[in-house]
Order: sequence, then C-alpha cells, then structure tokens
Amino acid sequence: MSLAAAALVALLTYGVVSNGPDTSLEERLARGERVEAPVRDLPRLGEEGTGSLAELRGQVVVLNVWASWCPPCLEEMPLLQRTHEEIEPRDALVLGIDTQDASEDALDFLDEQGISFPSLRDIDREYGREFGVAGYPETFLIDRKGRIAQMRRGPVTEEWLDEHLPPLLEERA
Amino acid sequence: MIRLLVALALVLGLTGAAEPRTTLPDVEDEVMCVECGTALNVSSAPVADQEREFIRSRIAEGMTKEQVKAALVAEYGSDVLAVPDGDGFGVTNWLVPVLVAVLGLGGVLVLYRRWRGGPESRTGAAAGPELDPGESRRLDAELAAFDR
Repeated sequence: MSLAAAALVALLTYGVVSNGPDTSLEERLARGERVEAPVRDLPRLGEEGTGSLAELRGQVVVLNVWASWCPPCLEEMPLLQRTHEEIEPRDALVLGIDTQDASEDALDFLDEQGISFPSLRDIDREYGREFGVAGYPETFLIDRKGRIAQMRRGPVTEEWLDEHLPPLLEERA
Repeated sequence: MIRLLVALALVLGLTGAAEPRTTLPDVEDEVMCVECGTALNVSSAPVADQEREFIRSRIAEGMTKEQVKAALVAEYGSDVLAVPDGDGFGVTNWLVPVLVAVLGLGGVLVLYRRWRGGPESRTGAAAGPELDPGESRRLDAELAAFDR
C-alpha cells in the first residue's frame, strides 16, 4: 500500500516538474558554456527537400523559431531580415524554424514581410522541444562549430543582437 | 430545353464546384488546438483560427472528414488529432489508462477483502483452540439443559 502511494506521488511529481519550461540550457549558457545544438533533417518551407544545421557548420546561424499565427513573431521579422542581409557577407545567416504552421499561411506571411532568409518546417514541434522551446518566438545563436552560444525567449531586440552577434562573427570556424 | 440542360451541366463542370462532404463542426470536435492543447471547437487562440480556416478550405475542395484530418496531420503533426493513432507508440495512449484502471480496481478489491477480514473470518477457522472430549460432552449437556 505504501509502495503504491509512493509510486503515485512520484508520478504526480514527475508530471508537475516535466510540464515546466526546461531551464537547463539557459543555466549552462549563463555559466558561459556552449552547448552542442540539436541537429535534425527538416522539410524546407516552400521548397522541395530537407535541410539541417549540419549543412551550415562553419557559418554563424541566427536560428529563429516562429509561426505565422504568432503576433510577436511578426514584430521581430523586419529586424531579423535586416540582420540576415547584414551578416550574409560574413558567412552567416538567419534560419527560420516554422513550427506547427500551415505552409500556405507561412509562405504568405513571409511574402508579406519581404523575408528572404530560409526556413525549415518543424511540423510536430519535436525539433523545438530538443532546444527546450516553450513559446514563440525564441532565438538561438549558433556558432561556427554548431554550438549554441546564446538564446533568447521572446522577440529579439537590436541591442541583444548587437551585444551577442559580433563576437561570434569574429570567430573562425 | 436539352441545350439548356447541357449548358447548365457545362457551367457546373467548369466552375468545379465541390460538394461539401463534411462540415467544420464535424471535424472540429475531433481536432485539437496545437498550441493550447484544448479541443479546437473551444479554442479562440490565433492558431485555432488558422486551423479552422485550413479546415474550411479543405472542405471547400470536397475533402472527406478523414482526408481533412490527414491534411491537418501533414501540416501540424499528429498532436492535432484529439484521438491518438492506434498504432506504434500511439497505442500506449490507450493502453496505459486501461492498465492503470485495471490495477486500481485490483487494488481496491484487495483492500476491500482485507477490510472485511478475509475468508478465514467467515468459516471461523481461526476461532481458538479445540475442546477436549470431556469438555465437549459437558458443553453438549449444558446446551441440552438450556434448550429444556
């Protein structure tokens, strides 16, 4: 009887704890660690074929998790597009991860915003879960060795990008 | 008249009007809002609006309910379905609650039997030490006198 009660309490505790946001990545980044970014082949948005971070090793990647139904994602798009245009000559790019989104709506959204950076489709949100994504938008700065160097929950700002992006661009592969 | 009927048939063919084979409410209550985790028909989240619009456009194309649901899964993943798949890991969504219910019921039965004292109390098998023959005869005699 006591064993059953203990098992039930353990199960309830796990349920409560596992439903909270995953802060372990943030804690490691706050300590100055760089964490190997998850890699997964995902369908390209608006194109045939798949893509992944593995193909972008050697480049700095501003990985942005978004969806067309997410109003804060709309706010940061112009800044992300400008950033993409500025960093492209320096072997870097913005890569969108379009999450649980109707592809037609996503493409219309990008077209309306004049977005040229590529996006991959995280249809079932599993790739975002590997990053510990808890909401939208979220952005991860990936260094030239494929490691997460910084992350931001919520829309990015120019100040945040100006602080964290240039040092990564200076690094060699 | 025949010309009119032929013309009407041509017009209908050209416009490609698809007969609706299901309705939004029919699909909506079997589908989830992927962001809020509630049934789509009770969600007012932005993604829920997008999902409903998606469903309406597929219905207008003449898809059946199953086809609409398959299209939703292709766009949003299997989490969009309110009822889990019956294959692979999805089976556990059915199996685990049933197992938990069976185990729980079994546990209740065991506790009930213990509370009631178990089978021994009904037969009185653990009532106490046996009487020797002399004491047994004296007891029978006293009971017989009591009956008179």
